[in-house]
Parts: sequence; structure tokens; C-alpha cells
Amino acid sequence: MPIDLKTIAKTEQLFTPGHRACAGCGATIILRQVMETAGKNTVVCFATGCMEVVSTIFPYTAWDVPYLHVAFENAAAALSGVEKAYVALKKKGEIKEDINFIAFGGDGGTYDIGLQALSGAMERGHNLLYICYDNGAYMNTGIQRSSATPFGAHTTTSPAGKKIPGKLQWRKELTEIIASHNVPYVAQASPSHWQDLMEKVKKALSIKGPKFMTILSPCPVGWYYPTNETIKIAKLAVETKFWPLYEIENGVHRITVKPRKFKPVEDFLKMQGRFKHLFTDENKWIIDKLKEEIDRRWERLLKLEEAGL
Amino acid sequence: MKIVAKTANEAMAEAMRQINPDVVAAYPITPATEIVQIFSSFVHDGLVDTEFIAVESEHSAMSACIGAAAAGARVMTSTSSQGLALMDEVLYIAAGLRLPIVLCEINRALSSPINIHCDHSDTMNVRDSGWIQIYSEDSQEAYDSVIQAIRIAEEVFLPVMVTADGFILSHAMQRIEILDDEDVQKFIGKRRSPYNLLDVKNPKTIGPLDLQDYYFEHKYQEAQGMMGASNVILNVAKEFGEKFGRYYGLIEEYKLEDADYAIVVIGSTAGTAKETIDEMREKGEKVGLLRVRVFRPFPAEEIRNALRNCKKIGVLDRAEGLNAFGGPLYMEIKAALYGDKNLPEIFSFIYGLGGRDIKPHDIEETFKKIKDGNVEKINYIGVRI
Repeated sequence: MPIDLKTIAKTEQLFTPGHRACAGCGATIILRQVMETAGKNTVVCFATGCMEVVSTIFPYTAWDVPYLHVAFENAAAALSGVEKAYVALKKKGEIKEDINFIAFGGDGGTYDIGLQALSGAMERGHNLLYICYDNGAYMNTGIQRSSATPFGAHTTTSPAGKKIPGKLQWRKELTEIIASHNVPYVAQASPSHWQDLMEKVKKALSIKGPKFMTILSPCPVGWYYPTNETIKIAKLAVETKFWPLYEIENGVHRITVKPRKFKPVEDFLKMQGRFKHLFTDENKWIIDKLKEEIDRRWERLLKLEEAGL
Repeated sequence: MKIVAKTANEAMAEAMRQINPDVVAAYPITPATEIVQIFSSFVHDGLVDTEFIAVESEHSAMSACIGAAAAGARVMTSTSSQGLALMDEVLYIAAGLRLPIVLCEINRALSSPINIHCDHSDTMNVRDSGWIQIYSEDSQEAYDSVIQAIRIAEEVFLPVMVTADGFILSHAMQRIEILDDEDVQKFIGKRRSPYNLLDVKNPKTIGPLDLQDYYFEHKYQEAQGMMGASNVILNVAKEFGEKFGRYYGLIEEYKLEDADYAIVVIGSTAGTAKETIDEMREKGEKVGLLRVRVFRPFPAEEIRNALRNCKKIGVLDRAEGLNAFGGPLYMEIKAALYGDKNLPEIFSFIYGLGGRDIKPHDIEETFKKIKDGNVEKINYIGVRI
């Protein structure tokens, strides 16, 4: 049965209000959407980062499910241990319930410092879902570049300077990297398309084995936009092909949302201060290159989908 | 009970089989590789119920141990040297979260230069991480201490590392008394854990952010845990001794009672030292040995009582402090004795780095230097200068 608003409205909040996230934070919306789908029998493990910091300042917690935080780079490894403890104790009859295991990390904790632990957990085949909320920089420490930072973006360690206009490297295609681990389910989602996001979480949790999702997480502080435009920007990311919504189930690509009409990527870029410097004559080439790459990737996805790969 | 010939690696792996932990997450590293390897075959042959996680690094090994222990499981691992160094960050977290994890550590020198042989630089590097540290003189002790460590960890709620000297013990065959499986199970009892992350009906947040208002209190509690650990270690050792006939303390005194000159060592060197002392005693030399078995918590009072009547003491460190002052054991022994009225003279000796052998002759020479006061600020045994 598809997930609908009437059902969601009645769902208990497991990531509860009172946390200290910034106004307009995309990641908190993502956490609510994920947790409403996952339900009460879920154990969460968090990497150090924005969401960990804002949700569990002792003696308070925003979590109404069991929650573990260990360090920055090891959420996947720590949850591997939790999941194996579960297997061991269930085998001995000490636990009866079926439990979902979800690890969360930002793009710093996932694409960069936590990549090794993540890769290890995926390869070992643990029954867990790893979700990356990807806001494209180290927002917790003050907007430093990550390997998820988009081409051309300004961050505090890839500033739009007089000589070097922002980050001039491509973002890592982590979704494809994890898919190459031959795991049963990998997906990209956006909080603007909540139904798509929640269906993906639901599907992921119904599959046994390692699952991975990257979810675009607009950040008003790091992307430099007004706090009321989070969902609008997330939607534009999808409509401009900047953030394709797709899944790879048992190695087969499927684009889950295909906008009827695409918008130019400038619509997405111009709303954000981190791309402001691109709208000048001398930096126009960056937007051109970005467009070219976005189109190439979209075409590639279409071809993979058509070929049933 | 049965008598077998086993290396320390084999003996520690055997202890792990008998303990039959719920989860083991480990990564192989020389000279501790065999422990992981032997244990893997126990898992694959169905001799244990353990879920074994063959992780991709030691950092992930300890992280997975933390996750499993937080989930209420009985958890063990093994490592050495660089592996322990890579774990450093998460060792502190395991202790801070008060998780009763037991680690079989094989002492090996730290890089650089890279070296696979014994010294204590690896475990000295993490001496302030909140882990209880128990050093073994021989394989029997390594085996016995691993079994005791489960009880200690689950009573104090602090993790415990039991160490054995790389190659010297890890790869040397010794006569060992192995307890019966049922006796081990009876001795360790039912697991005790501080939390149960898997209790979804009573959700708890583990590992939250502490700021200025709580961090200090939690660290204080952790320190109190370490403070109370000595009694627990002694009680567990006493019970072990009464049941199985082998007694252990925080320290071991050897012919110290009337000794004018003493050396202090950690680990397998104690065996060589005892032999040498016996020979020197026959020649009428009043020499003795103090072996520190439990380095964390540091048994300062016991050490003070054992050494206070000596005239001169040489502390032999199998680790360089690289502080231009003295080895880590030396500094703490000296601090433990400070304030005594007739403070013995205490000298720092560094020996055996990177697996350099220490022989009876070296120990005799060291005693001679101590006696004659023929010493430098820091003395090196057996190094080409």
C-alpha cells in the first residue's frame, strides 16, 4: 500500500521536537520522514555531525528509539556490532522482536572519513540500512568542502576566491560506488519528494542485507538561502536533474521520479549563495561544464535503465 | 583440567573459545594474527556460538565491539601495535561508555621504524585511555588473566586489555594448564552489561553530547570506576586462586623482602630476572625484583610498600618515553615513592626495544650499575651508541 498523508498524520513522532537544529534544516525533515517509515522497532546509530549534535545534548534527547553515537567515521562499523549482537542474542532466544538497524551520517561521515567503515559494512553483508544526509559540505564545523560538494560551490575551504572560483573538482558518485559492492538496494532521495523517499526507506527495510541511501539535505546556513526555501530548493534539485531520484535494486537502475519538463540548472543554482559567484562572465564556464556533466549523468542513467542494468 | 603445550596466542584463543563470547570483531596483525585465525576456525567449526565480524580495520574492530557491547553482548577482540594505535580514538570511547570489552593484546613495537617484535610502546601509548591493563609474565598467566578479565570488566564496567609479549610469549610453546570448559563458564558466570540498546521498549540514548555542564561529572565517574578496580581485580584473582590454585596480585614481589637493590619490570623479562636474581643471591648479592602485573589501575600503594626498604632501584622500561626524562614505568614508580622519608634512589633503564633480547648477563650488569651508582640520566641496556 502506498504511503499517504492520512496515515503519516497519525504516526508517532520518533524523532521528536525540541532538538536544537537550525531553522529550515533539511536533515531534520529527512529524519522525521525516515523514522515515520521505520517505526518503533528501530535502533539508530549516528555518526558525529550536525544531527548528532543537535539531537542529543545531555541530559536531553530527541530520540524515542534506542540510539547510539560512537564517533565520526565509524557509524557503519558500530552498527555492524549492534546488528551482530542482535543476531547472537536472538539465536539464544533472548530477543524476540524484529528490529530495523539504521545508521545515519552526513556526507563528511559517509563520503569521506567514514567511507572505509561503510564499505566494510556493505561488503560484510550486515542487515542494516545506512542513510547519508548529504548537504554537500562539513556543515557541523562551518561549511568546509567534502567530496560531496558540487563542482563550482563555495565553501570555507574552497572559497570563491579571486584566483580559484570555488571547488573545481567533481563530487564523488557515492551511490554508484556503494552499488558496486553488489548490495541488494541503493537509492537516492530528496525530502521534497517525501512519498518517494518514504517508499524507498520502506522498501530498503523490507530487504534483508546491506542497504544504502543518499538523501539530498538542503542547508540554509551552508547553501546561503532563506530558511523557508528548503523544500523548494530540494524540489528544484530534482527538476533540474541536479539530483536524480533513482534506485538500484539487485543491480538494476530505475529512475523513480522523471519530471515531465526539466528546468534549467540555473534555477537551482541562483537561489543559493554558494553559487552566486558563478553568475559572472568570467565564471560562466563553470555553469556550462556543470550543465554538461549533469546531462551526461542523466543520459547515462536513462541508458542504464533502458538496458535493464 | 588438562596439561598442554601452547603458545600465548594459542592459549589466549583457547580462553576465548571457553569464554564463548557473543561477538568478536577483530582484524589480524602480527604477532597477534594467530589469535584471530584460531578463533575463526572455532567459529567455522561450530565450536563457539560467537558471531565473528571480520572487519576491515582495527578502528572498525573496536567500533563494532563498542556497538555490540552497547547492545548487551559479551564482546572480545585482539590486536597489537599499529592496530592498537589505530584503535586509539575508540579505545577512549569504549572506556567512556563504560563498556566491558576484553582485548587480548600482543605487545609489539610501534613504528617508525616499522618492527614486528616485542616492546611495550603500543600499550604504554594507551595507558591513559581508561582501560584496565594486565601484563603477563608467561602464557599461563595470559590464559588465566583473560578469563579473569571477563569478570573484572563486567563488574567494574571498564574495558580490560590483557597483554603478552610479542613472539617471546605469543610464539613460544610453554606448558599450560587448561581449565575445563564448564569451570570457565561457571567462573565467568552470566554476562553483565551496563546497557541494552536492543530493548526497543525502553529506548535509551547512548553516547550523547556532554557539554561544560556534564562532561566533567561523567569523567569523574569513570575515574571512580578505575579507582575501585583494584579491589575487584584482587577479589577476582583470589576467587580464581582458591578455585584453580594459581594466585595473582596487582604486583609480584620476588626476593624483595631484604633486598638492597631492586629492579622493576613488566612482562616476560621477569622470568629472566628471577633466574638472574637466584644466581646473584647464591653469590650473596641482596637483589630482588618487582614485577608490575596490573599497570592500570596503577598500584602505587602496593609498589611503595614493596620498594620502600630498598636502597637503590632500577626501573626497566621496554618503551621509550621520548620525553628526555625517563621511561613511562620509571616516572610512575618514582611518583609512587615520592614523599617517603627514606626515598630510595631510582634510575631509569630502557631495554629491549623492537625485540632486542635481554639476557641474564644484561640484568646482572644492570644491578651492578645500580649498586655502583654508575648511571646516566637515562640508561640504555644493550644499545650500540
